[in-house]
Amino acid sequence: MERVNATSLVKMIAVVLAVALLAGFSYNPLKERIKLGLDLKGGLHVVMEAQEKEGREVTPDTIQKSIGILRQRVDELGVEEPIIQGEGNTRIIVELPGVDNPEAAADVIGQTAELEFKDENGNVILSGKNLKEARAELDPAGNEPQVSLEFDKEGAEIFKDFSAANIGKVLGIYLDDRMISNPTIREVIPNGMARISGGFETLKEAEETAVLLRSGALPVSLSIEEKRTVGPTLGSDSLAKSLKAGIIGIIMILVFMIGYYRVPGTVAAVSLILYACIVLWTMVLLKATLTLPGIAGFILSIGMAVDANIIIYERIKDELRHGKTLKAAIESGFNRAFWTIFDANVTTLIAAGVLMFFGTGPIKGFAVTLSIGIIASMFTAITFTRWVLKMVSDLFKKTELYVA
Amino acid sequence: MYVTKLRKYAYLISLLLILPGLVSLFIQGLNLGIDFTGGSLIHVQFEKPVKMEQIRNVLGQYEIDRGVPIQQAGNNEYIIRTPILTEQQSSQLVQGFRDHLGNLDVLRIDEVGAVIGKELTNKALMAIGIACVLMLIYITIRFEFKFGVGAVVALLQNVVIVVGVFSLFQWEVDSTFIAALLTILGYSINDTIVVFDRIRENLKLRRREPYDVIVDKSVLQTVNRSINTVLTVVFCLGALLLLGGATLKYFVLAMLIGIVVGCFSSIFIASPIWYDLKIREN
Repeated sequence: MERVNATSLVKMIAVVLAVALLAGFSYNPLKERIKLGLDLKGGLHVVMEAQEKEGREVTPDTIQKSIGILRQRVDELGVEEPIIQGEGNTRIIVELPGVDNPEAAADVIGQTAELEFKDENGNVILSGKNLKEARAELDPAGNEPQVSLEFDKEGAEIFKDFSAANIGKVLGIYLDDRMISNPTIREVIPNGMARISGGFETLKEAEETAVLLRSGALPVSLSIEEKRTVGPTLGSDSLAKSLKAGIIGIIMILVFMIGYYRVPGTVAAVSLILYACIVLWTMVLLKATLTLPGIAGFILSIGMAVDANIIIYERIKDELRHGKTLKAAIESGFNRAFWTIFDANVTTLIAAGVLMFFGTGPIKGFAVTLSIGIIASMFTAITFTRWVLKMVSDLFKKTELYVA
Repeated sequence: MYVTKLRKYAYLISLLLILPGLVSLFIQGLNLGIDFTGGSLIHVQFEKPVKMEQIRNVLGQYEIDRGVPIQQAGNNEYIIRTPILTEQQSSQLVQGFRDHLGNLDVLRIDEVGAVIGKELTNKALMAIGIACVLMLIYITIRFEFKFGVGAVVALLQNVVIVVGVFSLFQWEVDSTFIAALLTILGYSINDTIVVFDRIRENLKLRRREPYDVIVDKSVLQTVNRSINTVLTVVFCLGALLLLGGATLKYFVLAMLIGIVVGCFSSIFIASPIWYDLKIREN
């Protein structure tokens, strides 16, 4: 070996050490913080379609209200990070990751909302069918938030009779069998107007209840169009298996790269580890969800990151064959390879972008992971790999080490 | 590499690869999963060994067609596909399995309505169409239209071959299959672009040389990279196929076939098509 440039050697060791440390210290926080999809964590994914009923159209407002009622139910289940969102004009998607018993959760969500007024003995006096309107407001006297209710004709009649006979007693207001409010009847209510007061701390809270009451009274029923439940066993099994496969795949790539491309191959191996950290941390920062196809996408994107390196090295080999010096060959190899890598990756990004636009759930996860991977691979190949390779060329000057 | 001289043979091979799948597609179609057709899927793992016939007997008791497809997915693991079941029906069925065949773990239950299935089919075709058009536009801007045609023809060939193989073997096609197809599109175009890029460069450097010499030279210059890249991806996919478990199997299989075929087409089909279009210019 020739005389070795001491500063370069120190720098080199520092870089390798830094990447190794980064990878080592990333392992646990990544494991904890990366958001896993339903297929890896277990859970429930439901797509519900609002059904039109005579006289009541499905409007953005009714969908919003339905989402409100669903949210209350989901909160009752105590699920962390639920996703409840509208899709198109008539659909609602509910995703509950990590539910222990997804089938049971599906049961609760699938229920029809039922608003009920019950007397002290639990007899149902009135139901949401007779509720015409529920509005949140501030009590003009005490500035206290309250919900005002208005019943239809039939409801008003029943309410009038019942309130006349039960002054001083309580009237329980239940939604899906859960008590929302338990007001005391103070006077006869003749016109079908009533108030729920005293139970709300803020106007917002009263509004939420009003929304729930209104949607509870809606005759919009939601039918389940698509339901996917993944038990926790299958989820963790898939995760373990695909991780194992991924690690073995990556090791095979590293061995191949080092064996075939020698010194630059080793540089590539180091930058691939850095690349993997960048992709996974980006996923954490973007709060992107890792799904099972997403893991496949990640592993695939490692293949593409290798590709960027391979394109560069083949270029460098060409340049060396043309008799350039090592430094010049590395420089022009990178420059010439850049646009190749750029064009090739943009076209792949187009496919991933289309997939992101059309896909849902796991497939969207796949497209997101693949896209992050492609961008990160371009970044590491043309910055980090280039920088390290230049440094290495100070250390190992024999061109044979670069030409396989 | 004499890809321009060999191109007639390459086209022939491509045709031979496409034809059986295409015929099968017309005769028996695809084995569409519930993602497309609508229906229910129940994936369970029994504690004790259970025979398929026993499962069919239980299905019969709940008035479900005994002939529905049941797939063994591992140790005492079965995937049962039925027409769509209601919430009640599926929980009754699972309870029935428990009562008759011993304790079990419900790994997965999917229910997909027919409307959603139909939408997926439309979305899939649209996604592939849009992806192809966008790529054609990009390549036309960065290269020229004729390169775009070569690339897209090669891509469609890959897609048709993969779809054909799935039809031929009647492997189940689900929504992840679409993701696999689009990845194949993205990946093979990546491959093709690298070759085209070299042709573009050589066209500038060697203005006097005829097109066939340039194509052959460019393919030769990039063939190492093409093969090495595909190899690394095959390592990854191979590991996933062997160790990744039942859920990913067909997804990975589709990509594996597509990427190997894609390697062939980016070397032997895409550039020769450009060449064929180019020599007809004058």
